[in-house]
Amino acid sequence: MANPMRWIGLALLAAAPLAGMGNYPLHLLIMTLLWAFVYTGWAIMGRLGLVSLGHGAFLGIGAYVVVMGWNHYGLSPWLGIPLALAVTAVIALLIGYPCFRFKIVGHYFALVTLALSEVARLIIVALRDQTGGSLGVTPVTALADTSGSLVALQFSSKLIWFYIIFAFWLGGLWIWTRVDRSMARLALEAISQEEEAAASVGMNIARLKLGVTLISALMTSLGGVLYAQYQLYVNPETVSGIGISLQMVFGAIAGGMFVRLGPTVGAAFTLLLAEVLRLALGHDIHGLDTTLYGLMLVLFIIFMPKGILGAAQEVWARRRAAPTRAAAPS
Amino acid sequence: MLSLASVSAGYGGFQALFDVSLEVKAGESVAVIGPNGAGKTTLLRVISKLIDARAGEVSMEGRRMNEVPSHEIIGHGIAHVPENRRLFAKLSVEDNLRMGAFMPAARAKYAERLEFVYALFPRMRERRHQVAGTLSGGEQQMCAIGRALMSGPKLLLLDEPSAGLAPVVVQSIFELVRRICREGYTVLIVEQNVRQVLKVVHRAYLLETGRIKLAGSSAQMLESDLIKKAYLGL
Amino acid sequence: MEFFDVFLLEAVINGLLLGGVLALLALGLNLIFGVIDVVWICYAELVMIGMYAVYYFHNVFGWPLWLAMLVAILAVAVLGAALHQFVIRPVLAAEPINQLLVTGGVLFFLQAAATLAFGVEFRNIGVSLPAMQAGGMYLSLARLIAFLVALGGMVGVYLFLTRTFVGTAIRAISQDRAIMPLMGVNANRIFVITSALGGGLAGLAACLLVLQYDIHPAIGLTFGPITFMICVLGGLGNMLGGFIAAFIFAQFISVGGYILHIEWGYVFAFLFFIAMMFWRPQGLLGGK
Repeated sequence: MANPMRWIGLALLAAAPLAGMGNYPLHLLIMTLLWAFVYTGWAIMGRLGLVSLGHGAFLGIGAYVVVMGWNHYGLSPWLGIPLALAVTAVIALLIGYPCFRFKIVGHYFALVTLALSEVARLIIVALRDQTGGSLGVTPVTALADTSGSLVALQFSSKLIWFYIIFAFWLGGLWIWTRVDRSMARLALEAISQEEEAAASVGMNIARLKLGVTLISALMTSLGGVLYAQYQLYVNPETVSGIGISLQMVFGAIAGGMFVRLGPTVGAAFTLLLAEVLRLALGHDIHGLDTTLYGLMLVLFIIFMPKGILGAAQEVWARRRAAPTRAAAPS
Repeated sequence: MLSLASVSAGYGGFQALFDVSLEVKAGESVAVIGPNGAGKTTLLRVISKLIDARAGEVSMEGRRMNEVPSHEIIGHGIAHVPENRRLFAKLSVEDNLRMGAFMPAARAKYAERLEFVYALFPRMRERRHQVAGTLSGGEQQMCAIGRALMSGPKLLLLDEPSAGLAPVVVQSIFELVRRICREGYTVLIVEQNVRQVLKVVHRAYLLETGRIKLAGSSAQMLESDLIKKAYLGL
Repeated sequence: MEFFDVFLLEAVINGLLLGGVLALLALGLNLIFGVIDVVWICYAELVMIGMYAVYYFHNVFGWPLWLAMLVAILAVAVLGAALHQFVIRPVLAAEPINQLLVTGGVLFFLQAAATLAFGVEFRNIGVSLPAMQAGGMYLSLARLIAFLVALGGMVGVYLFLTRTFVGTAIRAISQDRAIMPLMGVNANRIFVITSALGGGLAGLAACLLVLQYDIHPAIGLTFGPITFMICVLGGLGNMLGGFIAAFIFAQFISVGGYILHIEWGYVFAFLFFIAMMFWRPQGLLGGK
């Protein structure tokens, strides 16, 4: 996509809610961008071969630390967020360090992270006196008298939330680009292809992987915070555990995790799917959309491992190459 | 028994065999000699269907083998002892031998075949429960050949059995090959050790850069100037 | 505080018995990984399907329990074989991580499909086995039976792998896949058989678990992650390692759950896991 097109597209997107969308479509747009941000954070690691099945843990940490801080200690999210990020960083390093130092990747890494997400969920549930357990928790409202509280980071206007999340989404894409471009990426590409060959470079590789993991975890954690503050309700199922972790993976892969806008396409796709099902069946059959996710994840991995956008890019590339081939003399 | 007619084969963009024709009659022992990279191993792999021939025909006892899937080749009586032995290193000697008899027709005769192999290689009987990876080079070769014999083959393909072995051991391996030939097995052996192998086989082919350059009885090959200069250092 | 605490001993013994079933679960997972080099993330979900199968055959169709269990085991074995043939096989040549993700998709699918088909209510086959009393301790008979059957199952698998031709081929193929055709072995068939065996073990585990626990679509989440941690701890693919690790883990869960609330037992087990990852990341008996 040529550059001017990109800016026009962004401008249109930014202006869209001002054109008077209904509340519900705006909510869908917000959720799409929010999950796009989260999926992009996951893909930063995923595309380098560091497939984590446990990012639900970071989502949950972000959400719960901030909400718990506010509900139990009156801690403004402005302070809660750094706290959540600190906890996230510690956990990410705790898991990442032994894994990368000792070159635990691939299967092992995926399983360790999977266990992590489930334990996060278990802890949240086990601390039910503080967290409300499986029933979930709502941040104490600061919107009784006002339509927006900066201190509490709560706003009743969807428009404000749209721009907040739009900004984060753009920020996520920017981070994606930075990580992509940095020199480290070249080294990491080599690693993800040939683990043994790069073994000699040892320590530095581990540090780079740790860095990428940290960025990814922190982004996801922020996503959790945004989710909690926007939805004003969280429960362990929606922000931690295998379910949401796999959904992140699916979203990023379905859209195409090697492409910058891939996770965004994936987020749009999954949300669209849920909406279509809801409309077609008349009511919320929770379970049918996840059944289809599962089926589609399987089909995508088998037939379209580069995702929608990735596959589309390949088709475009092939079409661009074809005319020159046809023009060449035989 | 075995006949290759104008066989070509290769890996990806690289062609290793060009228009190769040879034959092995029942009860014969035939060697394929030639330098490194000549395509000798490829030749055996085409016969045992580890890779497919791109052109030409491979037939065993008059039957065309080109369409036979690789895991059915052994059912036609062709047993391949691969390059570097390729034993199952973590399994015992006896388990390796058992794998040789996996084919249903061989399973029925497992007990008697096992006895036969142990009689041929008493050292294997001594070490029957030993983990194959801990055997010496010569013993591993014995085990690999024994494994191939467990299927009761008509044709035995040996890929450089003396490779990587100490000279003393090499002697015993060729003694072994001579015994197998005397037992009546039809053998096609690929070797770099020209002098030793020509003492053991009836006939030989010279394969250089994927083409048959020379063929004849062992005596003829030993007399040929080409062989003498290039391979016997005379 | 008394040095010899009979309740602690009870927890230890119960942990031992729990370890039996966990070891069986780890065995199935390790078998698949050790032979085919694929991790079935959805392994616990296969067990879940097995549990529902027992319930439906016994409580809904009214079959005798032993028959329901036998058929359930066969059903999950077939499911395992189908999983390999239709889902794993197409991606065997692709990146290993794709194989893992594809089973992740199956996990999603099975859990959601079970929710759709069976609803979210907890079900129980209603077979209640008494608790036995021994020296002031209460030990669950169901758990004892599970332990013995699990042990029997593992012995059975061991004998199968070491004494039969197919079993030997399964062990061989994990060492050198390329030369298997030379011995007349159809690699895909061996993989399918191994997958059926892995499925069968999951079915067996289901039969044992269904005697002790309620069934619901997400039950796979309660022992799935634990099973993975056990396998990683024992060295992924290493059956003996998984066996040992299972009992160690079970002790952490049982004793930890005794000291604090049962949920914390799992947290302890996980903390132990993290500690082990720092000390010996390739697992107790693992090693690349």
